[in-house]
Amino acid sequence: MGVIETLTHAFPELLLVLGGMILLITGVFLGDRYSRHISLIAVALMIGAAILTLLGQGASANALFDGAFRIDDFAVFSKIVIFVAAAFAILMSIGTLPGEELGRFEYPILIILAVFGMSLMVSASDLISLYMGVETQSLALYILAAFNRDSRRSTEAGLKYFVLGALSSGLLLYGASLIYGFTGSTQFETIARIATSGETNIGLVFGVVFLIAGLAFKVSAAPFHMWTPDVYEGAPTPVTAFFAAAPKVAAIALFSRVLVTSVPDIIDQWRPIIAIISVASMTVGAFSAIVQVNIKRLMAYSSIGHMGYALIGLAAGTPEGIGSILIYMTIYVVMTIGAFACILMMRRRGGLTEKIADLSGLSKTNAPLALMLTVFMFSMAGVPPAGGFFGKWYVFLAAVNADLVWLAIAGAVASVISAFYYLKVIWVIWFDEPAPTFEREVKPALRFTAAGAAFLMFPLTLFLVGPLREAANHAASALF
Amino acid sequence: MATADFLLDYLPIIIFLGLAFVIGVGFLAIPALVAPSDPDPEKVSAYECGFNAFDDARMKFDVQFYIVAILFIIVDLDVAFLFPWAVTLFNPELGVDRGFQVFSFWSMFVFIAVFAIGFVYEWKKGALEWR
Repeated sequence: MGVIETLTHAFPELLLVLGGMILLITGVFLGDRYSRHISLIAVALMIGAAILTLLGQGASANALFDGAFRIDDFAVFSKIVIFVAAAFAILMSIGTLPGEELGRFEYPILIILAVFGMSLMVSASDLISLYMGVETQSLALYILAAFNRDSRRSTEAGLKYFVLGALSSGLLLYGASLIYGFTGSTQFETIARIATSGETNIGLVFGVVFLIAGLAFKVSAAPFHMWTPDVYEGAPTPVTAFFAAAPKVAAIALFSRVLVTSVPDIIDQWRPIIAIISVASMTVGAFSAIVQVNIKRLMAYSSIGHMGYALIGLAAGTPEGIGSILIYMTIYVVMTIGAFACILMMRRRGGLTEKIADLSGLSKTNAPLALMLTVFMFSMAGVPPAGGFFGKWYVFLAAVNADLVWLAIAGAVASVISAFYYLKVIWVIWFDEPAPTFEREVKPALRFTAAGAAFLMFPLTLFLVGPLREAANHAASALF
Repeated sequence: MATADFLLDYLPIIIFLGLAFVIGVGFLAIPALVAPSDPDPEKVSAYECGFNAFDDARMKFDVQFYIVAILFIIVDLDVAFLFPWAVTLFNPELGVDRGFQVFSFWSMFVFIAVFAIGFVYEWKKGALEWR
């Protein structure tokens, strides 16, 4: 396949990278006055990339760039979720970034570059392109975490994230080098072929364990979750909204693809590890969140817990399990973005408030916001009619069908425990004494995002979950 | 594991590590055991060319130094990347395939173009001016 033909298959990525560079140059010459326009163009780029991904779905291009890059239905599904999540993250950031009135124009460009890395991650079918994707994403995210550079907490978040991220990249690389050393290849397909033949190679298993540790850092699964609450709390809230959504999808998709396509035959070796990580994450998410008073920290622990549920599907290791991960992550992204849109509306006297206590009596002072937050909290708790329930349901179903009944039970117990703090937030909103009202004037983009996500989570989910499940299972079958 | 023979190639490294460990620990242990230890306040205080120490050794640097250092690293890596490309690609002794030569030649230009965009950005941002 010629160079030009190869590149035609990577149109969405090319659009992002070229668009990002052009915007960078434009921005640096025009200055921060135009950051709003650049943000809007970045949103358009994301939507364009999503459309291009959708259009390119039919063209079967399994191994591009000498097998380093794959475009299959799994990649297409994950990429569309990532692009749309990023588009909303940029949209929500307009006018809400702290510090200067307009925000700096680098913000949407960094998100574009991070999303390019994510799109490389979900398409990676080679250890080297995997690492390149992870690093491209992470480097942009480190800067975003420290974006409010005059704030001590933001710079602390960025530094912490950078140091721990570098450590996890080290673990990941060490694992990758062991896998390469014991199989003689960096390509997932070749590794799978060599891993199949003969008895289990202990060196390969060792490498896979390190790879899992490195990736668990990136999805913030316990016991590698320590950076998450600090980074989520310290980073500016629009950045946290982005962190909680798109990068998680990319990392989980990468996690699934690596384990399922490169080492499917030693599943008995990695399944217990994934199961333990999953149970640990759910436990940490359920218990640590109870004592939080800051809503961003609460969301951080909640996202750790959600990663635990998603990993149940990976522990199952079946097409059904991978499909359930995709369903779970799609629903998770929608409710996370909605919840953060609500958090961004908690403004008082020109500043954002982050305490859960600030929400008290919200139902009496701002009923629409209270209603939307309630929907998201119910959904995250997994209360039946809301969207989050279906995510958990399919994940548990996949675990039961893969003879992991104990894991499904552990997940159910953890979700009952975690329901406590979600319900506590709802209690504060509906039954506590009213706190001072939030500012009435809210950016229309925020209101639109929150309302749309809330509608998707409650009434619409009942109709959409069927098609979503079909699409997710179709996408998951591409890995097997 | 019949294929573990290749590990013998790494035997010198193990020997070297062992030697390094023994010598390192030895030179730490011998003074502690043999050397006479008779500290007094004058002896253990910091010595700075005959003066008393002026202030703490940890002091603030201008952040500009870091920016210059970071920019230097980027250009440095860029040269490290360009150099092998420049000397091998069109070396007749190596007999690189023509199609690959053309491909590699333009690949590097793409790289340089991306690098140039970063350079324009840093210049325009004023990172190269010493304030």
